[in-house]
Amino acid sequence: MYRYDQYDQRFINERVVQFRDQTRRFLAGEVTEDEFRPLRLQNGLYIQKYAPMLRIAIPYGLLSSAQLRTLAHIGRKYDRGYGHFTTRQNLQFNWPRLEDVPDILEELARVQMHAIQTSGNCVRNITTDHFAGVAGDEIVDPRPYCELLRQWSTFHPEFAYLPRKFKIGVSGSPVDRAATLIHDIGVHAVRDDAGEVGFRVLVGGGLGRTPIIGHVIREFLPRGEILNYLDAIMRMYNRFGRRDNKWKARIKILVKDMGIDAFREHVEADWERVRGGAGVVPDEEIARLASFFDAPPYEDLSGEDTSFRAAIADNRAFSNWVKRNVFPHKIPGYAVVTLSLKKTGVPPGDATSDQMDAVADLADAYSFGELRVSHEQNLIFTDVRQAELLTLWGELKALGFATPNIGLLTDIVCCPGGDFCSLANAKSIPIAESIQRRFDDLDYLYDLGEIDLNISGCMNACGHHHIGNIGVLGVDKNGQEWYQVSIGGDQGERASLGKVIGPSFAAAEMPDVIERLVDVFVERRQEDERFIDTVRRLGLEPFKERVYAEAH
Amino acid sequence: MPKLIKDRVVVDDAWTLLRDAASLDDLPAAAPVIVPLALWQQQRDALAARGEVGVWLAPTDDPDALARDVHRLPLIAVDFPQFTDGRGYSTARLLREKYHFLGELRAVGDVLRDQLYYLQACGFNAFAIRSDRDANQALTGLSDFSDNYQATATQPLPLFRRRGIGEGDASSPGQPGRR
Repeated sequence: MYRYDQYDQRFINERVVQFRDQTRRFLAGEVTEDEFRPLRLQNGLYIQKYAPMLRIAIPYGLLSSAQLRTLAHIGRKYDRGYGHFTTRQNLQFNWPRLEDVPDILEELARVQMHAIQTSGNCVRNITTDHFAGVAGDEIVDPRPYCELLRQWSTFHPEFAYLPRKFKIGVSGSPVDRAATLIHDIGVHAVRDDAGEVGFRVLVGGGLGRTPIIGHVIREFLPRGEILNYLDAIMRMYNRFGRRDNKWKARIKILVKDMGIDAFREHVEADWERVRGGAGVVPDEEIARLASFFDAPPYEDLSGEDTSFRAAIADNRAFSNWVKRNVFPHKIPGYAVVTLSLKKTGVPPGDATSDQMDAVADLADAYSFGELRVSHEQNLIFTDVRQAELLTLWGELKALGFATPNIGLLTDIVCCPGGDFCSLANAKSIPIAESIQRRFDDLDYLYDLGEIDLNISGCMNACGHHHIGNIGVLGVDKNGQEWYQVSIGGDQGERASLGKVIGPSFAAAEMPDVIERLVDVFVERRQEDERFIDTVRRLGLEPFKERVYAEAH
Repeated sequence: MPKLIKDRVVVDDAWTLLRDAASLDDLPAAAPVIVPLALWQQQRDALAARGEVGVWLAPTDDPDALARDVHRLPLIAVDFPQFTDGRGYSTARLLREKYHFLGELRAVGDVLRDQLYYLQACGFNAFAIRSDRDANQALTGLSDFSDNYQATATQPLPLFRRRGIGEGDASSPGQPGRR
């Protein structure tokens, strides 16, 4: 993975000094609450319902075991011994003290981590495919470009006070595992006919109150021009994005109001001005960044491991886990393993400090000391030998991270919701748990196959409910918590936004509602159809009828 | 006389910012003045003849409006009604990089210590710190960082074009390796 040089290290050290002084001046009353707010937000610090919340960046989802141990240590020393992995490849601590945050940032800086721009109206953490570099379907490894964008966006002087937050997602594979179509900017690394790497650039996607799928602004951008081009997009947004209404301030609204063609025309005119200039990224720099992501020293294993095959045949529980949680690796004899952070009874995405330490040890033992965080709030070991899967499975079971439910109904994506977040209209974690408890029969879950269920506690949509095959949105009605259900959303290259099925439900009704939706699917599905396929074929009606016939 | 940070030094500010001047009658007899863009556009020649006139731009003003004036204006000010309104950063960059304005580029309005570093990187070289704050204390904000990843007004080469040049050890951590 990328390692800081003297510049990177100096910048984050200077950032810690800067924020320590800002915090000191705030606590001394020299800086007002309003003046301090954007400063703390751009260092990841929210003031939440019960305590501050600190959001730490995990740039493009990559973590070393040493970094994970530091996170575990911070959880223990400054928080309540756990952290929450988010849908944007970040880690949140829910109980730090404001006074401690500069010390936490200093500890993070020692392992080349930070909380820079994880919040506030600026460019946020760059996210990507959690299988980057190991997926067989990959065209280009997106990680060097993610690091390029991380550096470009970090402390970008022109774009620190944008109209609203700004999220960039990068994918290097035709299967979009990074939800790039719902980002303010989506960057697809592609190759042209000559095999040259470049980018397809999308703009104006997003969830929230006005969910929109991104538009292609340029089909092929030469790779060296990426920063010039992004500067031009950002400058348009910074100058002309709405600042009068928080709910209309994202770039998607600007693109919608101008029309993608007019927007493109302005961006390209500004790009022409700087095209070919000092902002062009030389190939040597791309090669330097790429060198950090060279393949680890894989052993030369001849094809499928025989003991692994035998274990699958012998052991049904192991075989189920392999089916759901193990993804093929491009190198023969290796596999990609997803650690499920979706055990029933545990808030989705949560991990204790002890679990983090244990996972760090396992990463050292089984996967070259590295791991990934996915936007589905799970952890991933990308480079495990097939021959070691059985023993790894045993260790993960003991840790509670071997729930064989990846991609299934109980692999719920869920924001912290009203239990923690001051923005939330409703709780989300107890809804997730009640649904997980209802669907506790693994055989049945397997039979249902892939169903994405996403829960957001408010329309800020941190749980990405619009792109869940089943989406649940917490709403407030006269001070009470209700849940609006949509179906038909999907992520990836066929991304679509779900449609609301009708009036919302009380929390206690939710497991029944989900069960009825699933029942319709089971009765009406054809052959190997997934839930989303059946919804697409039948439309909303039969699902609506069933849910409301019985519920009201 | 009010204080101003100019070229990293606190100095007396001789200029008067006229926020509401709508006609030449609203101008004081002498003293250098900074007028609104609208007035400048109406009275370009009369104002230029007066000497020592600058123009200030609101966040919604297009710097393109000054494209043919940049060579004769000694000062352009950019207003920040709230420090969280970032439009002025782009205005400044365009004035410096697109229109090649070489005079004093001054940030006015809600200008505070903690924004100075980025403002300077975008091309501002003068800062009228909000009147209830001390310009001398704010001065340190210009030195929060020692360098930038991006090109700035004072360093036209982004870091990726300078890395490994001149500083001998810059390439050593770049050795390939995953851990």
